[in-house]
Amino acid sequence: MKINSITELRKLHTEKLPLLALRQAEAHVGKERVIMVCGGTGCHSASSKELLEELQKEIKAQGVSELVEAKATGCFGFCAEGPIIRIFPDDVFYIKVQPSDANRIIKDHIIGGSPIDDLLFLEPTINEKVKTMHEMSFYKKQMRIALRNCGIIDPENIDEYIAAKGYLALAQVLEQNKPEAVSQLLIDSGLRGRGGAGFPTGLKWEATRKAKGDVKYVICNADEGDPGAFMDRSLLEGDPHSVLEALAIAGFCIGSDTGFIYIRAEYPLAIHRLEVAIAQAKEAGLLGENILGTGFNFDIKIKYGAGAFVCGEETALMRSIEGSRGEPFNKKVFPSESGLWQKPTCTNNVETLANIPVIFLNGADWYNKIGTERSKGTKVFALGGKIKNVGLVEVPMGTTLREIIFEIGGGIPNDRQFKAAQTGGPSGGVIAAEFLDTPIEYESLIEIGSMMGSGGMIVLDEDNCMVNIAKFYLEFTCEESCGKCTPCRIGTTRLLEILDKITKGKGTLKDLETLNDLSNVIKDASLCGLGKTAPNPVLSTLKYFNDEYMAHVVDKKCPAGVCKDLLQVTITDKCIGCTKCARICPVQCIDGKVKEQHIIDQDKCIKCQACIAACPVQAITTI
Amino acid sequence: MACQCNNEECFIELDKFIEERNLTGESSLIQVLHQAQHLFGYLPRNLQVYVAKKLNIPIAKVYGVVTFYTFFSETPRGENVIQVCLGTGCFVKGADKVMLSFESELEIKQGETTADNQFTLSAVRCVGACGLAPVVIINEKVYGHVQSEDVKGILENYIVGEITTQTA
Repeated sequence: MKINSITELRKLHTEKLPLLALRQAEAHVGKERVIMVCGGTGCHSASSKELLEELQKEIKAQGVSELVEAKATGCFGFCAEGPIIRIFPDDVFYIKVQPSDANRIIKDHIIGGSPIDDLLFLEPTINEKVKTMHEMSFYKKQMRIALRNCGIIDPENIDEYIAAKGYLALAQVLEQNKPEAVSQLLIDSGLRGRGGAGFPTGLKWEATRKAKGDVKYVICNADEGDPGAFMDRSLLEGDPHSVLEALAIAGFCIGSDTGFIYIRAEYPLAIHRLEVAIAQAKEAGLLGENILGTGFNFDIKIKYGAGAFVCGEETALMRSIEGSRGEPFNKKVFPSESGLWQKPTCTNNVETLANIPVIFLNGADWYNKIGTERSKGTKVFALGGKIKNVGLVEVPMGTTLREIIFEIGGGIPNDRQFKAAQTGGPSGGVIAAEFLDTPIEYESLIEIGSMMGSGGMIVLDEDNCMVNIAKFYLEFTCEESCGKCTPCRIGTTRLLEILDKITKGKGTLKDLETLNDLSNVIKDASLCGLGKTAPNPVLSTLKYFNDEYMAHVVDKKCPAGVCKDLLQVTITDKCIGCTKCARICPVQCIDGKVKEQHIIDQDKCIKCQACIAACPVQAITTI
Repeated sequence: MACQCNNEECFIELDKFIEERNLTGESSLIQVLHQAQHLFGYLPRNLQVYVAKKLNIPIAKVYGVVTFYTFFSETPRGENVIQVCLGTGCFVKGADKVMLSFESELEIKQGETTADNQFTLSAVRCVGACGLAPVVIINEKVYGHVQSEDVKGILENYIVGEITTQTA
């Protein structure tokens, strides 16, 4: 159904409000219920789709179709405990729900009215089962602005988005009809780019708006390539319309009628949801020609990436949309003047865009009050690695790392010690324990040698070797360097070679010096952001975990016991002389008599650790 | 995976895809290559030449793009495509050991296909299922919390599965 005017859209919003009534009701109002099943990637991979089908089947089978509905929604964020469902209006939050639980959920909870105890979350701080997400420490310090609709609406239903005030911000902007006021409002809000660099979004829009040219473009950068980051993916899967709406607002502001969404081909579910959303928006007249009868035309096309990390860099991304190799170009002239096909272009990241509609609805002042002096609003982090509550969290700027890791994240599993947090992916650095109380802001993270990045936050514990982590990132950047400029192409290769040498126990003190010097050269001389930031993991580990590098180089030991070539496998006096190890050793380097302690010939040992697995009394250890 | 039709039908379908959307020139190249790889399973040299002629752009340009992006493959892929996630979340939980395990079980390296064309082993960077780390995806199925000792058992499903389909 086509919406022909702003008045019609507002009327439709009021009409569709009842769709979300159950989900917004604060208290139990009647017997009607709605079951929201997480359809994000994490839960999806853990069979939430089968769960949804099973719930729908049970609803029919138990004859309660009139009473209850089961629907898919976007990511709840608590991926570690998935698949997750939330039942409204009683607001019960179930974790690790299996398709086989569907029967009793309908029978006991929906019909019987009593929540199922063993599917509830055990809140560790009070050691009690809790029913709602508001009682869980994972959610207490979170503030959901970008993720506001994830877990609430069905992403494949435009009516639900409209009920959640969707497209009302676009309507407001079109009604006001003042493009300069749009960029000014964003400048006043203090919103900065969430892709990592933190450039003020309003200034970017303002510059592109002022640039001369009849043809201009807006781009949504959804080429989320950082290993360990999945914020943009979850947003696109959970609330695709908010990104479309923001792109249309950007189009109106800068004077463009064409938007592109550049998305990784590896994100099939997000692509599907975007395609559905674009088709629905076009049908409703919210994209296309003469939007809401205001005469504004705007269309959005999806462009697929093809597996190149460098294409997340603005200029490389434009080359890729043009159909070429994704090689960056020198930003002598800013893309706001000359970008895609040499036309003024404004590129924004998914999370940045997802914030925009709600900023227009609530005003710049509202947004400006959230966060810190220098960084406004919230930031979504993909929390992963050695942390209990793996998941997606959105916190106000200024929240400390300690709060994120130990309160929201629940700390380190298996009683291990926190060693470092890595933010900013291959472009960022590691943050040592001494900086846990640093409030999160763009500047403060740079000051301590890391960066905000797009939002990956990987927690490392004492079992992770920092040299090996630096090597991991360098392997990544080395492979993903496009090869256009020499400092990045050759420099990262050399860095990787040296790191490899160190992890093999062949490093020298001179190598550490070279690592440092070379890193600084690459930083200064590379053409684009990939090269300029590639040495960060090396520099920050060298600075904060120098003792680990020294242990590898001087003592030829890996303190975390990760670098295989530096391990020494030894047999302790617990040995009972059963000869099992000697028999399993593939290189026959274990010697000893029956019922006597065996010995490993270190020169011959290949560190395969087969003996450790074979020992019945755990007498063999690595040091 | 390659389609089951013969090549000619694939070419007809590719033509249809290009003509229906009125695709021409450089800007459509990546989109057309995606579709071509979807239809043929990979992008052999003759297909690249075909695409170049169809879009009226130099063959060198097509080759340049195909070799730049890791998603495009010039060699056929196996019946079963194994993707081991090497994103940071999986890596710190031992995904590198899982990869080594696959390499030694299948006797191929990352990025290669077994001689009998049964398995292609590849690495992916973050599939966004960090809650299940380390993650392995075989075809469409997702395996969570995979440890190196699980690899043999996982592979057996596919070897057995293959025999059953062949006899059936």
